[in-house]
Amino acid sequence: MLAVLLRRLLNIIPTVGAVILLIFVLFSVIPGSFTSTGAEDGRMLDPQVIERMRKEMGLDDPLLERFGRYVGHTLVGDLGKSFRTREPVTKLIGDRLWPSFKLAMAAMGFAVLVGVPLGFIAALRPGGAIDSVSMIVAVSGLSLAQFWLGLMMMYLFGLLLGWLPSFGYGDGGPRYLILPGLALGFGPMALLARTTRAAVLDVLNADFVRTARSKGMAETRVVTWHVMRNALVLVITTIGLQFGSLMGTAVVVEKLFSWPGLGSLLVDSVFQRDIPAVQGCILVIVLFFLAINTLVDLAYAAIDPRIRYA
Amino acid sequence: MSAPLLDVENLSIALSQGGKSYKAVEDVSFSIAPGETLGLVGESGCGKSITALAVMGLLRRPLGLGGGRITLDGSDIHNLPPAKLRQLRGKRIAMIFQEPMTALNPLSTVGRQIAEMFVLHTGASWSEATDRAVDALRQVQVPSPERRVKDFPHQLSGGMRQRVMIAIALACSPDLLIADEPTTALDVTVQAEIVDLMQELCAAKGTAILMISHDLGLVANMCRRVAVMYAGRIVEQQAAAEIFERPQHPYTIGLIASLPRLGARVVHGRQRLQEISGVVPAITAFPAGCRFRPRCQRATDICQSNDPSPTPLPESGLVRCHHHG
Amino acid sequence: MKFRANLYIGGAFFATSVIVAVLAPLIATHDPVFDANLMNAEIPPGWEYPFGTDAQGRDIYSRVVHGARISLTVGLVAQCINSIIGVSLGLTAGYWGGWWDDVVSGLTNLMLAIPSLIFALAIMAILGPGLVSLLIALGLTSWSYSCRLARAQVLSLKSQGYIQAAKILGYSDLRIMFTQLLPNILGPLIVIATLGAGGSILAEAALSFLGLGIRPPYPSWGSMLSDAREQITTAPWLSIFPGLAIFITVLGLNLLGDGLRDILDPQSRERTS
Repeated sequence: MLAVLLRRLLNIIPTVGAVILLIFVLFSVIPGSFTSTGAEDGRMLDPQVIERMRKEMGLDDPLLERFGRYVGHTLVGDLGKSFRTREPVTKLIGDRLWPSFKLAMAAMGFAVLVGVPLGFIAALRPGGAIDSVSMIVAVSGLSLAQFWLGLMMMYLFGLLLGWLPSFGYGDGGPRYLILPGLALGFGPMALLARTTRAAVLDVLNADFVRTARSKGMAETRVVTWHVMRNALVLVITTIGLQFGSLMGTAVVVEKLFSWPGLGSLLVDSVFQRDIPAVQGCILVIVLFFLAINTLVDLAYAAIDPRIRYA
Repeated sequence: MSAPLLDVENLSIALSQGGKSYKAVEDVSFSIAPGETLGLVGESGCGKSITALAVMGLLRRPLGLGGGRITLDGSDIHNLPPAKLRQLRGKRIAMIFQEPMTALNPLSTVGRQIAEMFVLHTGASWSEATDRAVDALRQVQVPSPERRVKDFPHQLSGGMRQRVMIAIALACSPDLLIADEPTTALDVTVQAEIVDLMQELCAAKGTAILMISHDLGLVANMCRRVAVMYAGRIVEQQAAAEIFERPQHPYTIGLIASLPRLGARVVHGRQRLQEISGVVPAITAFPAGCRFRPRCQRATDICQSNDPSPTPLPESGLVRCHHHG
Repeated sequence: MKFRANLYIGGAFFATSVIVAVLAPLIATHDPVFDANLMNAEIPPGWEYPFGTDAQGRDIYSRVVHGARISLTVGLVAQCINSIIGVSLGLTAGYWGGWWDDVVSGLTNLMLAIPSLIFALAIMAILGPGLVSLLIALGLTSWSYSCRLARAQVLSLKSQGYIQAAKILGYSDLRIMFTQLLPNILGPLIVIATLGAGGSILAEAALSFLGLGIRPPYPSWGSMLSDAREQITTAPWLSIFPGLAIFITVLGLNLLGDGLRDILDPQSRERTS
């Protein structure tokens, strides 16, 4: 197992490096990313101010030096200072980490707790009522704009019925988490339902399940012990991959519900051309995603001996 | 003649496809005495595998039992409630399959998969069962069984995996072992070993064998009696020695003729291998009258109009042909 | 799922969207951008304005109908860009191998490590607002799927006899790639493109909703939803129709893609029994 972990970590390092390089190149090198276009509201900055800022940030230094400085700073956790608030970017991000994490976990939790059982039951009775209904729900969930769903739920449950708060983080209590969590988790829930169904169907038809039945094993035991464990492998991979798209959609859902997370920070920073904040947000998000992928790989190896003893 | 262990009478298996029902297997009858070995031979698609599954009660949609009786030791198992039928599986009738790689759960150790049998059928604890699993591995001649018991299927070779399958099947000393093409996916050298192993162990435990194969030569060597299946029907059934010396059905004659013979070139000169021209008909499109007619050299008008019924042969053999002999 | 139902229903939904988009000027009742009369602001759905009006007094129905043009065009063009980039990179990477393959594989891994919407956001941040930047941003986000497909297929087909034969006959590499290899992956490629187009449409809607894509006053379905959010207390009906239009269009594409997959790419088909 340790070997798997080490191997995976080694694999990640070049990817992380490439991401850092990409972020640097995109934001520091490509013209138009700063100062040449001025502030968002069309006001051109005073050329002298621009000059001073450029000197301050060392923008005129040779590229390699700038890159080295960027990497060096990043490695020690210094992500620069926000253009907007002059605060360290790390502090800005730090304030937003917990709400984003909560939201992501709530959404994924909903997706797994509803999607996986749904797909499972659908597969056990293919062509049945539950199968048809859940697959229609699944394909619909994949086809709607999640922020649209959120918007309509916000109106229905927040404004019309008044059952739930319609936006914001509030006091951090769970009531505020419900609507954003549902909106964010609906798409992953749909995909998990479909993937679980496909995986379970595949396994149900597998030869070793037939062997298990021929041993005289009760069908419930066949299903729980043999089928579920084997289908789990594919399901876990999907959960890991879904985190990626989840983080993308989270940006929109956070903005919709005025949720104080990384996603809304990213959007606001983009609007305000707050480059260090944008860079920092993207880096943190990508690192988080890579961490999740590594966890998924480990879980995979823990379950499937073919990976452990390759 | 002692009472048969397994008696299959006029078994039919129905296939539902596109809203219609077809008879994949029709009017199949055979019996196996305790400790006897019966071979069931035929090309792919003739229905031999699903006949085996029917005996085990493992048919799934879109296949289903269509009629006939299956009795084990005199009691009807055809109409048993699923729970009772399940109790027979593994304990009194066991089965091994063609593809050992996919027939074992990749996520479980082989030891656990064998031990499962003991826990299921004898109420042993897991630790007891694991010990007995080591013994079982030793019986199937797997070297270092104490270590192998902790291996996963993908760590073993094909021949080893099939030995594990045999260990699982014979763990609870069943009365009947159904072997569905157990050697087809193995190397030729390993095939002979596995066949010998099966015969040895089953003889020691008194287990009867229903050996299913497309390889007539293999079956003739192993079995006392042989049944030949074609297009869902048994077309000939005789003692193994008889079937080679005096095959009655044109299909059997064709099968035997197509076997390559050692020394044939010396005797007959260079010759092409014989083959039976044509292909096995699809279940949904069986020909009228005798199903072998399109490929038969002896076919006449009566073969088209009349489906031949079984003609008894000495020693409870039978043949379905208007022009047998 | 039932065979062919996917294909027909999906095809019908998607075709409806396309027809609406094409016929927009004919079936709209008002001008979507300029016919804005504050006297008519925020009228709920009724006879004269079937979907109601927004805060500027514009007819929602006409805006949704014209929005089809914008959203569909952007989505489909973006998907084309993705497919072209993906297939080109994948074909060449698989065929030529070597360092180029390493580069492409590295790029693909990189793209897979960054959530696509985030990447699109970053591009929009750099390039600024506008239709062209939007197309570039969307066109660069999901090429990795078609790339992986193309590369895998090329790798498995490369050693086939007819490819070797073509090489011996002196066909140029490009000719082999486009006349021999490409037709073989067309089936799965169409499936990926169809499903991907749905994704591009959703992505455009998201970006426009955020204010980074198509900007007001142009009626992209996404930007209409952004307006809807602002007026949610006074004009809640604004939220329904643009989102519904997105839903029907993308649902059509998803069902169509599933149906096409059953026909064109049976190996990746889900079992039905």
